[in-house]
Amino acid sequence: MVTERHPVGAHYGLTDWLIQRLSAVVMVLYTALVLGIALWTGGIDYALWQQLFAHGGFKLASFLFMVALLYHAWIGMRDIYMDYLKPVAVRLTFEAVTVVVLIAYLGWTIQILWGARA
Amino acid sequence: MLKQRPVYLDLTQIRLPLPGIVSILHRISGALLFLVGIPFLLWALAASLESEESFAELRAAFAHPIWKLVLIGFLWAYLHHFFAGIRFLLLDLLQGIELQSARRSSMAVLVLSLALTLVIGARLW
Repeated sequence: MVTERHPVGAHYGLTDWLIQRLSAVVMVLYTALVLGIALWTGGIDYALWQQLFAHGGFKLASFLFMVALLYHAWIGMRDIYMDYLKPVAVRLTFEAVTVVVLIAYLGWTIQILWGARA
Repeated sequence: MLKQRPVYLDLTQIRLPLPGIVSILHRISGALLFLVGIPFLLWALAASLESEESFAELRAAFAHPIWKLVLIGFLWAYLHHFFAGIRFLLLDLLQGIELQSARRSSMAVLVLSLALTLVIGARLW
């Protein structure tokens, strides 16, 4: 138990707790957007799909969704590791690998959204 | 006061309450979405946008029953995580924290995500 609490800069986890929830809201909104587009257009074919992802605003929305997803995944996986992996070396290893993988996914996302297409 | 030790923890005798089931499924579905869901999503998105041929190939691959089962599995994981997450957000806002309503909302999460998985899964099939 923490007996002496520091008012600032102690990182008790409130920021992560908040980001976990804000990122969830971002993902709910994006899910509603994509679902709305799919229902509005009555099914998505290649031409429409391509057109959608050529749109700058939709690219940005997709990027925001992925950032929210990756950060959300980081906090969730870190929570799981903290609960089940007690040896510090093991936990740090899992956390380190997770961070590297998630950053790689972010790079992949940027490649997909803004990279050159065939 | 002296407590009786060890504490009685016979796991075969302990029944996880409904909100507990929703909670552990939220964790399992989340881990699943991280481990296979995100790389799968990015791989499929890349293939779907690469070219018209790769888009058609992806669509043809997803017509296979095994891929359909995989997609339905992801669908359930996403839906359960989605609805259980909204329930947790509402609990954070002190909505439905009484025992009865908490039980009812966990039942709603379980039923809603399974029912939607079945309905969308049936259409997919």
